[in-house]
Amino acid sequence: MTALLAVEDLSLGFATEAGFASILDGASLSIDRGQVLGLVGESGCGKTTLARAILGVLPAETARITAGRVLFDGTDLLTADPAMVNRTVRGRAITFVPQDPFTSFNPIFTVGDQIMEILKWKSPRADQPPGRDWLPAVATRYPADRRRADFDAVLELLDAVQLPRPAQLLRKYPHELSGGQRQRLMIAMALLPGPDLVIADEPTTALDVTIQAQILGLIRRLASERHVAVLLTTHDLGAAYEICDAVNVMYAGQDVESAPVDRFFAAPAHPYTTKLLASLPDASGNARGIPGEVPVLLAPPRGCRFHPRCERADRSCRETRPPVEQLGGGHWVRCYHPHRQAP
Amino acid sequence: MGGWRRELDRFTRDRAATLGLILLLLLVVAAVFAPILSPFPGDVATFHTANRLRPPDAVNWLGTDRMGSDLLSRILFGARITITIAFVAVGSAVVIGVPIGLVAGYYGGWPSNLLMRVSDIFLAVPQIVLAIAIAQTLGPSIENVILALSITYWPFWARLVFAETRSVKNEIFIESAIALGASPLRVMTMHVLPNIASSIIVRTSIGMGATILTAAALGFLGLGAPPPTPEWGRMIAESREFLPEAWWYATAPGIAIFMVVMGFNLLGDGLRDFLDPRIRRGARGK
Amino acid sequence: MIVSRLVWFVPTLAGLVVIVFLISNVIPTDPVRVLLGENATPQQVEAMRVKLGYDKPLTTQLLRHFQDVLSGNLGVSIYSQRPIWEDLSQRLPATLELTLVAITLAIALGIPLGVMSALKRNSLWDQAVRVLSVAGLAMAAFWLAMLLQFLFSMKLGTAPLNGRIDGFGPTAVTGFMIIDSLIDGDMEALRSAFSHIALPALTLALPAAATIVRFTRAGVLDVINSNFVLYQRAMGMPPGLIVWKYVLRNALISTVTQIGLIFGVLVTNAVVVETVFDWPGIGTYAVQSILQSDHKAIIAFTIWIGALIVVVNLLVDIVHSFIDPRGAR
Repeated sequence: MTALLAVEDLSLGFATEAGFASILDGASLSIDRGQVLGLVGESGCGKTTLARAILGVLPAETARITAGRVLFDGTDLLTADPAMVNRTVRGRAITFVPQDPFTSFNPIFTVGDQIMEILKWKSPRADQPPGRDWLPAVATRYPADRRRADFDAVLELLDAVQLPRPAQLLRKYPHELSGGQRQRLMIAMALLPGPDLVIADEPTTALDVTIQAQILGLIRRLASERHVAVLLTTHDLGAAYEICDAVNVMYAGQDVESAPVDRFFAAPAHPYTTKLLASLPDASGNARGIPGEVPVLLAPPRGCRFHPRCERADRSCRETRPPVEQLGGGHWVRCYHPHRQAP
Repeated sequence: MGGWRRELDRFTRDRAATLGLILLLLLVVAAVFAPILSPFPGDVATFHTANRLRPPDAVNWLGTDRMGSDLLSRILFGARITITIAFVAVGSAVVIGVPIGLVAGYYGGWPSNLLMRVSDIFLAVPQIVLAIAIAQTLGPSIENVILALSITYWPFWARLVFAETRSVKNEIFIESAIALGASPLRVMTMHVLPNIASSIIVRTSIGMGATILTAAALGFLGLGAPPPTPEWGRMIAESREFLPEAWWYATAPGIAIFMVVMGFNLLGDGLRDFLDPRIRRGARGK
Repeated sequence: MIVSRLVWFVPTLAGLVVIVFLISNVIPTDPVRVLLGENATPQQVEAMRVKLGYDKPLTTQLLRHFQDVLSGNLGVSIYSQRPIWEDLSQRLPATLELTLVAITLAIALGIPLGVMSALKRNSLWDQAVRVLSVAGLAMAAFWLAMLLQFLFSMKLGTAPLNGRIDGFGPTAVTGFMIIDSLIDGDMEALRSAFSHIALPALTLALPAAATIVRFTRAGVLDVINSNFVLYQRAMGMPPGLIVWKYVLRNALISTVTQIGLIFGVLVTNAVVVETVFDWPGIGTYAVQSILQSDHKAIIAFTIWIGALIVVVNLLVDIVHSFIDPRGAR
């Protein structure tokens, strides 16, 4: 069975005043239909950039993709016709849950207006977007019967995300709602078009700790019910453990390990992963950090980018990036000296 | 030592800002070296009516005015007046307004609010309107123009510094400075002021440009220095009756004003780009 | 915000009256002497002083001044011998018509240029627009007026030299030549009105447009990089929709707040521009008053303009509160 989404060896960077920053170096991942994949790594490891590359919303002025493919259902999104991708893939087959729901809503329109706008163009009840090609988008009308059906679907889904009194809620402005309410709305907006894949970029980082677990649980439940795949980026290993089927680890723009969630936490292979897991505070509250610093991506280390901080690093680590090594059971790692444990 | 070089390098990469700086340097050079650079330095005061209204030629590069004086020389000497008005008027407005704003913003309370209300009254009316009233009352002279301009300008600085001081005052480093026992004066001058300095510097440059335009308008209306002072605005007013034939008479001083104000505006914009990103930009986002 | 402005409206105007009054009394020159002329004898001067109330203490004078202002009695113009109030209200429509046409031109020119400039950031087009807008703000308004007059009127003859209209114009209903011509159905007058208002309005519009371009450009750039635009892009919204329905509205909010500022700049420039074009508005009135040392007229003019601008700022605040649902910002 071919994967729903397959990122193959994606390399890209940003042109800055000080030079070219190589943000992603040969990053790969694959998600199957209905699978919840966690993309884990510390701040600055490139997971958000990878998410944005898949969505195709990198800053056009400074971003340069140097290699790789993003295969969605067999089509390479990077080389396909941009207008077609914008119409049929974005907001329809692949949707987005942003990190900060407050700034992701337009402050001067009601949330209802904004949700209906999405449905006007991306409703699963419409094969084509409304209007004609030559008519500017601003002037296009919303067909009245579809509008009613869409509105009912909105109310239904707002119910599913546990938002009370949906009709009244839709008349409010974003600043009148709480963070949790806004994120539930975002989840609803991501599910309304009936997508195959939802990309959730650190969806709980901007929320209160008490609400984080609720939101994550909601995402998991709805994804399972509707057989929707989820790419969840996070720096929170606990979140990954709670709701993911599999976990990918990234470090400094390179993917280093991937495993089904049980194996990941029971038998991590990459030195970085083991250190990451070890850095979680234990029962008595002690925490161990990882010595060293994240590399500056203007002049990244050659080979495996973790080698300056790794006690197992040798010459081959410093020269060439380790190839993928399959460890069995869907678990692979990119390391010349991984931890090997009995499964 | 190397730091200077790098900063200068970074600044000159902004071509517009560098152009502004060059224009201003030209102004300063013109003003300072006017007696040397002018072909006819005496023409500031003496007349040669036989020569009146000559178009630009090899002798008078910019032509002559209605009194036969060489326009180029008068414009160069006019640069002195322009610089004087700009620096003294803006300088005194800043020197008066900034401390008032600092103190009012720092202490707060009803006297400060009252003071700001008074400033608002001044700011409710366009500067030129009040300046006209004041200058007309006092009589035509450069000193009175400067006085009128500073009186109508200091409230702008007081208001600006008041607002910025109030917002900076809530920052943590101010609270800690106070907690460590720094005196109010110390906090204001060593902590608040450096933080709002870039804003003040940028607006000073742009303010100079605006002040020169207002001063030229006052001169145009006859409220500046009396003839034969070579004030640029007055020269343009004088040229009106000789249009369209004596086009050089109106064009030259106008272009001079344009170049100087452009210079201040470009410099101000450049300074804003140069100073702000460094201060505001924290860790680069993802 | 609005409540604050409403509450302070009256005290601000009152303060303005006080300040203007104080200014007018720092006089080295004696207004009575000016009134009576050089040849007046000291007794005549003294008599007139008593008659006009200049001998009373300052506070009494101030109170009388307030009374006068409130009752609409701004005094009699020394020059025209008519109540200043009459002179000013007769000339107000001319200035208003000019300002309104100018601001319409400035908006029609400035906003699209600002939006395009932001969308094509750093392109040749953007750089040209930015240079032109800086240039527009560096030109003295009276000089620009003379320049345009020279080019289009004297040299090319495509526009009239000065004045508001040829002949007597349409019957005055509103005082706005354009509207009155339409009411009258007088096409000749309409054409004449347009051709006369063209140059002065253009002169006023150019610096205002430059300011609008800058603010719109900054506003659009700000919004384009915001998270809600990113979200809409990520969700595949049509790009045209994102820009013209959403980005524009958000960006314009900040531009609207600047209208008050722009209006102030327009009024400032109107004073000199009217003079150059012989436009019979409040600006020329002010300038004439200066030349004739008509003191009361200048004071009255200052108060009028101040009041006008305070009112405009108040209106801008009201409009702003309707556009931006976020409240105090």
